Amino acid sequence: MALTLEQVRHVATLARLSLTPEEEQRFTTQLSAVLDAVEQLQSLDVEAVEPTSHATLTSSRLREDVTRPSLPPEKSLANAPAKSDTSFAVPKIIE
Amino acid sequence: MQLTDLTMLELAAKLAAGEASSEEATRASLARIQQVDPKVRAFLRVDEAGALAAARASDARRKSGSPASALDGVPLGLKDIFLTEGVETTAGSRILEGFVPPYDATVVRLLKEAGLPLVGKLNMDEFAMGSSNESSAFFPSHNPWDVARTPGGSSGGSAAAVAAREVFGALGTDTGGSIRQPAALTNTVGLKPTYGRVSRFGVIAFASSLDQPGPMTRTVADAAALLQVIARPDAQDATSADAPVPDYSADLEAGVRGLKLGVPREYFTEGMDPEVEAAVREALREYERLGATLVDVSLPHTKYALATYYLIAPAEASSNLARYDGVRFGLRAKDARSLRDVYALTREQGFGAEVKRRIMLGTFALSSGYYDAHYLRAQKVRTLIREDFTRAFQQVDALLSPTSPVPAFKLGEKVEDPLSMYLMDIYTLPCNLAGLPGLSVPCGFTKAGLPVGLQILGRPFDEAGLLRIARAYEREHDFFHRSAPL
Repeated sequence: MALTLEQVRHVATLARLSLTPEEEQRFTTQLSAVLDAVEQLQSLDVEAVEPTSHATLTSSRLREDVTRPSLPPEKSLANAPAKSDTSFAVPKIIE
Repeated sequence: MQLTDLTMLELAAKLAAGEASSEEATRASLARIQQVDPKVRAFLRVDEAGALAAARASDARRKSGSPASALDGVPLGLKDIFLTEGVETTAGSRILEGFVPPYDATVVRLLKEAGLPLVGKLNMDEFAMGSSNESSAFFPSHNPWDVARTPGGSSGGSAAAVAAREVFGALGTDTGGSIRQPAALTNTVGLKPTYGRVSRFGVIAFASSLDQPGPMTRTVADAAALLQVIARPDAQDATSADAPVPDYSADLEAGVRGLKLGVPREYFTEGMDPEVEAAVREALREYERLGATLVDVSLPHTKYALATYYLIAPAEASSNLARYDGVRFGLRAKDARSLRDVYALTREQGFGAEVKRRIMLGTFALSSGYYDAHYLRAQKVRTLIREDFTRAFQQVDALLSPTSPVPAFKLGEKVEDPLSMYLMDIYTLPCNLAGLPGLSVPCGFTKAGLPVGLQILGRPFDEAGLLRIARAYEREHDFFHRSAPL
């Protein structure tokens, strides 16, 4: 299926990607080609087939819900681009 | 004979006998890196101090007669997707440049506990998305067998480092072939374990229902020994499997007499390089000579695997990569004035083209109005692909095929054509969709001297069976003794 430039812009907004005009053009072409290639799945009758969401062949592991030490604030914040006391800092969102 | 020419187990034997020290082996590895890595470019960073400290601690343990494991003191490399406490980890991406993890991945902890010095972090396609290492944000790695060519991907740096004998072995990850394809392209052994066999805790996520770490080594026996260290249940990974861990080396020499080996006809199709096909067919005849029975089998939904994978993997990636938002770690765009700009500009500046392409594709496949037609449908076809394998394994013990349809291709050859790059994974990615174990073992060279790999796929948790089948073939050949012309 061919994607329109509008659709590519919409998806970029959903994905929080600020694409350049060249990228918007390139992705419109390239993603349309990939979507054409995956179109072949439409030919299969999968009405009665259960989806596989995970290849896990046994059931998921469960563990006791016990408290364990977590990372101390200074370690958690060590890679932060901006911080304030024991918090991550971001631009103001409420005036 | 240099120390770096030894396999992991040969070195371990020398360490145990006191004929070499881990410090000597680690220094030999570091010297080899200095000598050949300017050509191979496998390493993103080398942790000389950390590796030597670990080596000296290992030597002290050996001296006091209390080695931590059979592999205590054997230097190893890590794909840069494994979190290493205190050592920068980037997953080949600008968005994680300078990121220093506050903890170790479970497999890294297990390797450290077993006493293996970790010499450095190996190059990879950005977030493991690629088949050539060319989507690394930093530089492409080169194939030691022909430095104008790719070592494959995404664990290309790991494969190249092992093939170039810069390290004795390495860990990679495999989401659609990222351990097996580079192993095939570099004359090395690559094992993708059953989904859940090896913990994913602290492994930077690409597609969580497909990702699996595994060993990359020069020999089958080394792969068995390394898997023994990392295969175990992990309470910190809810998808980790409880299945018992066998002794992977116990049946290694048991041979293939009496085994039924399936040859899936859908894996021998046009588009395969004739020299690859010839090498693989010769390997099939070898298995017959060794007493196995070849069985023609069909996996009828194979032709849908590529499309299924390229909807499911990007969908999971688009969700996993949402965490790179410029808030808690990694890059933050300097010019961002609003929170929304922090997200959108950081991601625009921090991600490379292939990663953006897959985030876009995955976001689209999951978006309102397209979810049922694309993502849900792909999950249903995934069930059909899985059932193909279940049926085949009622007839046969394992499946044999080429690992990659072509030998190593030239750097730059496929960069502009994502679809032709995606085709590199046609024989490897069905295994990930089905959660099965898969292994690539060297099976010869083309006339131009490029390695070819044989892929062996098995039943869930039958890594021991795959290793035994691979070893039966390896024992008849000297491919792994050959060293790349560097």
